[in-house]
Amino acid sequence: ILFIFEQYFCHIVLSPLIPEMATQEVQLNETLAHLKSESESLKSKLEEERAKLHDVELHQVAEKVEGLGQFVMKTRRTLKGHGNKVLCMDWCKDKRRIVSSSQDGKVIVWDAFTTNKEHAVTMPCTWVMACAYAPSGCAVACGGLDNKCSVYPLSLDKNENLAAKKKSVAMHTNYLSACSFTNSDMQILTSSGDGTCALWDVESGQLLQSFHGHAADVLCLDLAPSETGNTFVSGGCDKKANVWDMRSGQCIQSFETHESDINSVRYYPSGDAFASGSDDATCRLYDLRADREVAIYSKESIIFGVSSVDFSLSGRLLFGGYNDYTINVWDVLKGTRVSILFGHENRVSTLRVSPDGTAFSTGSWDHTLRIWA
Amino acid sequence: MSTSNLIAMKKVVQQLRFEASINRVKVSQAAADLQQFCVQNALHDPLLTGVSSSTNPFRPQKVCSFL
Repeated sequence: ILFIFEQYFCHIVLSPLIPEMATQEVQLNETLAHLKSESESLKSKLEEERAKLHDVELHQVAEKVEGLGQFVMKTRRTLKGHGNKVLCMDWCKDKRRIVSSSQDGKVIVWDAFTTNKEHAVTMPCTWVMACAYAPSGCAVACGGLDNKCSVYPLSLDKNENLAAKKKSVAMHTNYLSACSFTNSDMQILTSSGDGTCALWDVESGQLLQSFHGHAADVLCLDLAPSETGNTFVSGGCDKKANVWDMRSGQCIQSFETHESDINSVRYYPSGDAFASGSDDATCRLYDLRADREVAIYSKESIIFGVSSVDFSLSGRLLFGGYNDYTINVWDVLKGTRVSILFGHENRVSTLRVSPDGTAFSTGSWDHTLRIWA
Repeated sequence: MSTSNLIAMKKVVQQLRFEASINRVKVSQAAADLQQFCVQNALHDPLLTGVSSSTNPFRPQKVCSFL
């Protein structure tokens, strides 16, 4: 109706003055209407195709798998030192060091075995929402309300002022929500409140590729395991999880089943699926080859949002950090909760399993990090 | 104004055409593969199997001493 009205209105206003323009306007609107209906029919076709292959549920296939026993996981280390909410953390490939960032602008590198702080740097901004360890272990990247991602080389000299060697790499037009090095120290992938993700060259600061498609803030990202190739997944405030081709910048798959912001996305270890955690209090599993959601991890009693998710090494367990201060551990195949862990005294904001799978770390608004095993 | 709407709409349609054209497998097949991966790697998953204190650096063998 809107198109017809516009067409009619333009005809009345413009035709006495410029007849050709009026005709063009009409043609444009007809093409727009045509495209709109094509998009609607493509969307239904997509849903149809996905539904055709939905022959069984994951938990049904998993009925024959042995159930999991009781889990005894406890806090084995508590890392104290941040003066405010811990927002993000990442493990070093050496399986013992951790970098964490907080609301007060502090970025700290810890030895998780001894709980010693090895490096500390104060960012010029508050709310450092993203931090990442470089694959070499020789640098860390971080950013937040400064809209940038900066790389700090880590010096062996503990007294050296890290801030002096800081390198600004990424520039967004809104806050930095997440960052990750690719499989080398040379490139960083970022996501931002400006609705985009971007790939940067660390040395030159050059933008190598940008990823457009989210309709609102992008909150999280995860790179596919190296065996699966050059893709990554992102999640945002538009409730969508998008899978991207890193080289072309194209969105290759998109999933929209969450009912609220997606705070965390993490690939299943085989690379064939990914999990997401959302403000809608659920975690979900999306299979990339079936191109659909294949499991929902939820309980009526869980009403607070999930901030962060990660898999155990085999992919059998999914750990979720929640805004109700707990960690829920899910049996990925059967869809049931196997454990609930208490300890933090405020929201769990970040959660990562260590590179060798022997433990997982959580960061919280209670200013601490905990190592669980 | 209409031209930019048109360009945006064309992109949406192009993207949808692309997404509609990908090859998909049945959930039964995908689920079986996910399960197989779990089972194959179960023994190498310390958080799943629960490694003993002697091998997990975060679970040190308890030797208490009063200083």
